Formats: sequence, C-alpha cells, structure tokens
Amino acid sequence: MVNEGPYQHQSSDSAYLFCRAAIAAGHQIERVFFYHDGVNNATKLTEPPQDDRNVVARWSRLAEEHGVDLVVCVAAALRRGIVESNLAQGFRISGLGQLVESAIQSDRLVVFGD
Amino acid sequence: MLHIVNKSPSERTALASCLAHARPGHCVLLIEDAVYAATRGHAAGEGLAAAMASQVKVYVLAPDLEARARAGAVADGVSMVDYAGFVDLVAKNPRVQSWL
Amino acid sequence: MDQAGTVKKFLFVNRKAPYGSVYALEGLEVVLISAAFDQDVGLAFLDDGVYQLAKGQNTKAIESKNFSPTYRALEGYDIEKLYVERESLESRGLTEDDLLVDVQVLGKAEMAALMDEMDVMISF
Repeated sequence: MVNEGPYQHQSSDSAYLFCRAAIAAGHQIERVFFYHDGVNNATKLTEPPQDDRNVVARWSRLAEEHGVDLVVCVAAALRRGIVESNLAQGFRISGLGQLVESAIQSDRLVVFGD
Repeated sequence: MLHIVNKSPSERTALASCLAHARPGHCVLLIEDAVYAATRGHAAGEGLAAAMASQVKVYVLAPDLEARARAGAVADGVSMVDYAGFVDLVAKNPRVQSWL
Repeated sequence: MDQAGTVKKFLFVNRKAPYGSVYALEGLEVVLISAAFDQDVGLAFLDDGVYQLAKGQNTKAIESKNFSPTYRALEGYDIEKLYVERESLESRGLTEDDLLVDVQVLGKAEMAALMDEMDVMISF
C-alpha cells in the first residue's frame, strides 16, 4: 500500500524498491494499492527532469514485467483529479475493496506512507 | 512482529511509540528519515539501547543511511540490512506494523 | 485462489489527528468497506489518533466535513471493537468521558499484546 505521492515523499520510492527486491528474492507481489495522495503515482501527465527517476514509468514497467496489479482507489483518485483518461499504463482504478481483498489473500501487507 | 519506522525521531513520535509497543523477540526496522535514530551519539540511542536490552532486534536500511551520509556511524547493536534484508524481515515476521 | 471463508484479524491503527490531514477521514472509509468482507475488524486509537473520537467537533468555520458521527455509526456495520490507549488520553488531558463513542481503554502493554495477535495492521 502506497499512501503518498511521487517526488513529494520517499514512500513511493521505498515501496518500489521493496517490490523489486521481493520479486528478485522469488516472492510474488500480487498488488500495489495506491491510496491518499498515493493515487498521484498513477498519472501519465508526469514529466520529471531528464536526470531524475521516472517514478510513474517505473511502476508501469513493474506491472508489465512482473504482472503486478497496480490499483488506484477510485474515491481518493476522484478527489485528486486522477481519472481513466490520465492513467498511466498498467494502472487501473477500482474500489477500496481491492485493498481489503489483498490483505485477506496475501501473506503480507506492507504499508508505505507518511 | 516487524515494526517499520520511517520518521526522524527529532520530528515525530513514531519511534518512541513503536518502541513502547515492541515486545521481546520483535524486530524494528528503521527506514527513510528514521535511520538517523540508529547513528552514534543521537539522542534517540538511549531508547533504542533499552529496547535492544529487552530482546528487541533493531535493523536499519543501509541505502537510506548511505544517502544521508550516516552509514559510517551506525550505533552498536544495530544491524544494517539492504532491501533484500528488508524483504527477509517481512517474510520471517508473521505481522507487520508501519508506524506512520 | 479460493479464500472463501478466510477470516483474518484486522486492526486499523489510527495515530493522527483529524482535519490537519486527510488520513483520519480516508482511513475511516477503508474501515467501512472492510465491514463488507466479514472479517474480524478492530480499530486502535493512540497518540494523536485519540482526537478523532473527541466529542463536540464542529467544522463549520473550517468548511470541512465533520466525519466524527461516522464513528458512532460503526456499530451498525458490526464494527464494535474500538480500542483507545490510556496513556494517549492522559497525556492529552482527555478522559473516556470526552469521547463520542463507547470504547475499550487499554494500557500500552495491553495494546502491544493486542497488536501481537493481529493478522493485518493497516496504519493511517
């Protein structure tokens, strides 16, 4: 679970690096759920400077290469102007039930936030 | 149980709160701005030492220490881990609490 | 993966005051949704999180939504386990009488023991 936006706070970077290390160790990352300002990780309108990491593209790549389900909370997204039309590749908008479902089905849920 | 703390102890009470709820056998992992707590001479060291004395294991995320120029100053008794070590801590502890 | 019938112990850990940030409000939204999954759900309030339950919140002049009545509605969702940490109340000059809903007051050690029994902890 990622609760803060990219660039503003390190939590999105920490979560991404954690996911990558977990996959490298042979674990499966079923889903990343974006909540609170974390929904801002999903916008394709982001254009970071050339010499910086592209947080959004990095998530998209993780989804593409490892089948990670990137879910953006619909209520939190609507509050912050994240809608289908500005969603980056690999992300989908869905309800909070997806977070609860993940918590039930997965062995672990790790929360990254402020 | 694994406790994860990401706040500087000089700014927020997350670490103090975490340590007050950590029980013998638990692990505490310091990441992001919380890594400063694990450095020699920091005022938070006393609390960490007391926790370690009561069988709480304290870990600090090395990449976050290195980024902050404090990797050479890790306090005695604190173990450095990388992201793979972070993953192992999550895997070996049946429950995880992030002290946001 | 068929997980029908799985019941996990959930604890939503609230450590932040309302209104200054969105965490308390959006955290409560997760709690309400969790009620639909037939899980064993509890809420813990510690540190500044205890302010979420303060009686008499009036948000008119800050033009924010007063969501505090929702805590009283939780019972209707079969969410009845509300735990408040005693030390957090005391260090803020509050007592159980200042809270808008019935809660179970736990000391720090009891709260730590409770956390140690959980399957999932989601913190806001």
